[in-house]
Amino acid sequence: MSSITTLKYTLQLADNVLIMGQRLAAWCGKGPVLEQDIALTNISLDQIGQARSLYQYAALIINNMPAADKAHLFNAPLLQEKINNQHTITEDDLAYLRDAWDFRNCLLVEQENGDWAYTVARSFFFDRFQYLLYAALQKSMDSTLAAIAEKSLKEVQYHIKWASEWVIRLGDGTAISKEKMHQALQARWEYTGELFTMNEVEKAAYNAGIGVDVSSLQQAYQQQIEAIVNEASLQMPTAAWMQTGGKNGVHTEHLGYMLAEMQYLQRAYPNMEW
Amino acid sequence: MQKKEKQKKQLKFIYMSNENKEWPLWEVFIRSKAGLDHKHAGSLHAADAQMAIESARDVYTRRMEGISIWVVESKHIHASNPEEAAAFFDPAQDKIYRHPTFYNLPDELKHM
Amino acid sequence: MEMEIALQKFQQYIDAENKIEAKDWMPEGYRKTLIRQIGQHAHSEIIGMLPEGNWITRAPSLRRKAILLAKVQDEAGHGLYLYCAAETMGVDRDTMTEEMLSGKAKYSSIFNYPTTSWADIGAIGWLVDGAAIVNQVSLQRTSYGPYSRALIRICKEESFHQRQGYEIMLSLAKGTPVQKQMAQDALNRWWAPALMMFGPLDAVSPNTAKSMEWRIKRFTNDELRQRFIDVTVEQIRILGLELPDANIKWNEERGHYDSSELNWDEFWNVVKGNGPCNKERLATRVKAWEDGAWVREAASAYAEKRKTKKAA
Repeated sequence: MSSITTLKYTLQLADNVLIMGQRLAAWCGKGPVLEQDIALTNISLDQIGQARSLYQYAALIINNMPAADKAHLFNAPLLQEKINNQHTITEDDLAYLRDAWDFRNCLLVEQENGDWAYTVARSFFFDRFQYLLYAALQKSMDSTLAAIAEKSLKEVQYHIKWASEWVIRLGDGTAISKEKMHQALQARWEYTGELFTMNEVEKAAYNAGIGVDVSSLQQAYQQQIEAIVNEASLQMPTAAWMQTGGKNGVHTEHLGYMLAEMQYLQRAYPNMEW
Repeated sequence: MQKKEKQKKQLKFIYMSNENKEWPLWEVFIRSKAGLDHKHAGSLHAADAQMAIESARDVYTRRMEGISIWVVESKHIHASNPEEAAAFFDPAQDKIYRHPTFYNLPDELKHM
Repeated sequence: MEMEIALQKFQQYIDAENKIEAKDWMPEGYRKTLIRQIGQHAHSEIIGMLPEGNWITRAPSLRRKAILLAKVQDEAGHGLYLYCAAETMGVDRDTMTEEMLSGKAKYSSIFNYPTTSWADIGAIGWLVDGAAIVNQVSLQRTSYGPYSRALIRICKEESFHQRQGYEIMLSLAKGTPVQKQMAQDALNRWWAPALMMFGPLDAVSPNTAKSMEWRIKRFTNDELRQRFIDVTVEQIRILGLELPDANIKWNEERGHYDSSELNWDEFWNVVKGNGPCNKERLATRVKAWEDGAWVREAASAYAEKRKTKKAA
């Protein structure tokens, strides 16, 4: 079983939660009410924590790989140079030195925060997927991934509660909030298809027994999303076409700006300890 | 002066439309893993009980302080009258025979 | 006559280190002073989220990002505890928020300075939280119960804040030459503003005397400021950085460090609203508040609907 498959699969999982955590962190100090500022920050911290565990695992895999196997892992020159020079790679090298075309997060998580409804919609769609994914990933033959999944699942159970309740509150609140929540769900729905479309890495990981067949999660996802949308007295969103590409390194324009902001210190002052 | 007045008027409008819509205040009680009782941890604002419990978890248990949370809307808490504290509580002060340390028992006596 | 007696009893009560609770009788001046002070403290925590919040998305490592996020989150929590303490005296949070956003209520001027480099995050945690700790630890024994309890909780959480700031400074000061320079630059810019956090000189501080008498305040501005200087100079030496004030010198006679007179012109101007970031800080909070109005209303409306459904 190829450690490259495990590496790429792990990075894909890590990128999702890092980008999501980064998006939520931007709300800090700007929420509609203090208590919710704290709630969102908690979710962000959980996700950044998951990202760290996954990147640390990915770094470990790289460090234990024979040189020949890792000679051309990334397009990022600084990172690849470090790898080729036998430096010990860390979680930060992976988070801060890759450019957008090396990131494998889904498009959904890089969408803008927008207003509260847009943020709730994005979390609502993503966290429900994470819940089903981690539940299945607990059975991974890779014990590290299984352990990370088990720990993360507890956190995600809280996340889906938070997001679902807000969808209901806004959907069944005032006429204004109903309209806004409807618009937001409708705007973000077209990014959910990608979550259940297996890319080559996911197929290989599934065949190797370490990864999840995400296409098999779609039915349960649809049912669970519908149940909440109904309770919120909203209409299920529709999409003429599902957007894809993130999982293959083809992103929206948002990711470039996000990475420019996130990585700038490491880029401006390379090879330093912080 | 004029700009400030205008700003104040605008804000007043927002608050008036929010009149009576401020989320109620809740008191939070938490029992820690090792604890036997729920202790008062503080208060917060929430629109409903479900939100209050979750906010309590977010605000008051970040350092793993708790295992059980109770929330009560502040308006439902009834407290003893501090002016009556003397009548309420002083009489208990001199009934020290209620305390175990009041009794002189031999040192050899165990399990009591 | 009755008022005289009541005031006397009140003073004796607090002189004996008893706590005043929400439903106890208190002089109107005491209540007003507390509302103003607790309010200012709460507003400071909230505005204080912004200069550091600036750097969360740009933190140079995942560990630093997580720590900073947790720290700023704590500030929100502190604001929350304090607003709730003020609420025990009958001022609701929305009213206090309005007063801050309209500029009527003040917040600590230190947050009107910009965070222009990562090293500022270290300096703030170390110096600003450090100064706040000196103040808050002494306030823990304040006479008003709810305020005292909020402060005890805050102090428990605050020590991690200062440590993370100092750890950042240590990493930079012991790092590459440019990192050391970054740290020195931040120290140079934040030193005087941090000292100004203790407020005007005792001689010109209008509220201090009464606050001390009512045991709301336990030490004077100058006493706290001196304590902070004495402790921090040692910490600067450990970092191996240069002293930010050429006149800092140990005075054997006083048993304290001497230092330069602060620029009180700057102090009063920043208080008046002419600091580098006053307008932006407030504008950010006003926007967050206004943008969030429909959210708050929706949640209330939903809760109402639920109540009606239940009753039906």
